[in-house]
This record gives sequence, C-alpha cells and structure tokens, in this order.
Amino acid sequence: MPIIEIVFYLFSGIATLAALGVITSRNPVYSVLFLVLAFFSSACIWLLLEAEFLAIVLVLVYVGAVMVLFLFVVMMLDINLTKLKSGFASYLPVGFMVAAAMAAQLLILIWARGAGTQVLEYGDTAGSNTRLLGELLYTHYLYPFEIAGFVLLVAIVAAISLTHRRRPETKYQDPSRQVKVKRGERVRLVPMDAEKED
Amino acid sequence: MLTLAHFLTLGAILFSIGVAGIFLNRKNIIILLMSIELLLLAVNMNFVAFSRFLDNMDGQVFVFFILTVAAAEAAIGLAILVVLFRNRETINVEDIEELKG
Repeated sequence: MPIIEIVFYLFSGIATLAALGVITSRNPVYSVLFLVLAFFSSACIWLLLEAEFLAIVLVLVYVGAVMVLFLFVVMMLDINLTKLKSGFASYLPVGFMVAAAMAAQLLILIWARGAGTQVLEYGDTAGSNTRLLGELLYTHYLYPFEIAGFVLLVAIVAAISLTHRRRPETKYQDPSRQVKVKRGERVRLVPMDAEKED
Repeated sequence: MLTLAHFLTLGAILFSIGVAGIFLNRKNIIILLMSIELLLLAVNMNFVAFSRFLDNMDGQVFVFFILTVAAAEAAIGLAILVVLFRNRETINVEDIEELKG
C-alpha cells in the first residue's frame, strides 16, 4: 500500500474518532479539544488534496482563533454538567438510527454513482495554490470577497455590542449631551464693581 | 488507490456524526454549536475533494467563504451564549422557554 493511502486512512480514522469524541465526551472542554484534533487531521487530508492555503487557514484561523474562543467561553461559564447530560441515553437510539440511515443513504449514493473511478494522481501542478486562489478571489470573486469582509465587520460589532457592559463607576463622554450644551451651563457671569487702581 | 469516493465517504461520515451530535446533546448549547462546526467541516471536505478532482479552483473559494461565515457565526453564537449565561445562569435549552406560545 503506498504511503499516500496509509496517510489518508490514518488521518481520516483520527478525524472520525475525534468527531465521535466531540459528541460523546462528558466534559465540554474535552469536546473542544477533540474538535481541535478533528480540524487538525482534516487539514492534513486537505494537504493531501493539494489545498495547501485552506489547510493552513483551517489550522491558523479555525484552531488558533475560533476554537480558542470556544475553549475560553467553555472555561469561563460555570456549567452544571450532570443536568445537561441527563437524557443522553434516551436520545441515543433515535440519534444513532437517524445518523446511520443518513450515512447509509449518502454512502450508497456515492459508491453507486461511480465516484470511485477517478483516481487521485499527482502530476506537475499548475502553480502555487495560494496564487491561484488569490487570483480568483481578487478578480472573479472580488465582490463576494468584500461582502465577506463586511460580514466579519458586522460580526465584530454584534459580538462587542452584545457582551459589552457599561459599568456605572467608569467615567465616559456622551457626545449628544456635549453638543447640546448651552452657554448658561458653562459660563457664570459675576457682577462686581469696577476697581480703581491708584 | 485513492478515489473521489474515499474523500466523499469521509465527508459523509463526519456529517452523520455531526447530525448524531445534535440529537444526542439536545440540552447543551455549546455542544450543539460544536456539532454545527462538524457539519460545516464535512461540507468543506466535499468542496475541497470536488475542487481537486474536477481541477477547478472555485470549490476552494467557496470553502474560503464558508470558513468566513462560520467564524462570524461562532463569534455571535458565543456572544449570545455569554449574555444568556449572565442573565439566566444556565445554558440548558429546556430552561429557555420565555417565548413558548
């Protein structure tokens, strides 16, 4: 068996086991760590498929930022685990049946439609994967690319405005009150007699 | 030898595990969000595999956009979760029933 197949089966096995760990582990912290493992082994499989840029992005952005955010939230919240895990066994049969039926349908469809005839071959590549992706993103997909940036901006604003708390003891400026200020609130005229210097 | 079907099979298995996770952890919002991440990972796997086997880069552009939207979704979802926990001291789905008709 060539090395490529060994690598594929190794990493897909790790990814599947890690995904099972995500949904079955009792502690959400372990779930997040299993999800990190699943993402990492998927990134290795994307490297096999010569999608180098997306593999690195998956590790850097997803594992490095989004999963750390998950881990941060999971560790910050003080969760009563026993109550959340109750009912796990009662949902197990129906969940397993639905998932198994779905997997069976998908696998029948995949293997019956002749997707197993095209073999993965490594020839001379057309150039850097990052360069090809960048040329597409900045020419043909420029408008969706800018919308994606806008989506991220909206996400930043929404996340901050949702979680931001205004503490009463901090001092802050209110621009509308600053603009509406009247002269009489700032300047006090004191009537006094003129003094004569001798 | 590896064929397109191998990669699609991996995607299908990951997707089914994600669906099972939504069924099994119906009370814990954090695990529900993580199951959605698994579903998106499976979809991305299919996109990358098709992109490689059809020799067409457009699939990878779609994966790029899916990653962007998924990151935004995770950020907003976790922000809502933090606000919910601050107000209700719980993340149990069954305790959130104010909007029940």
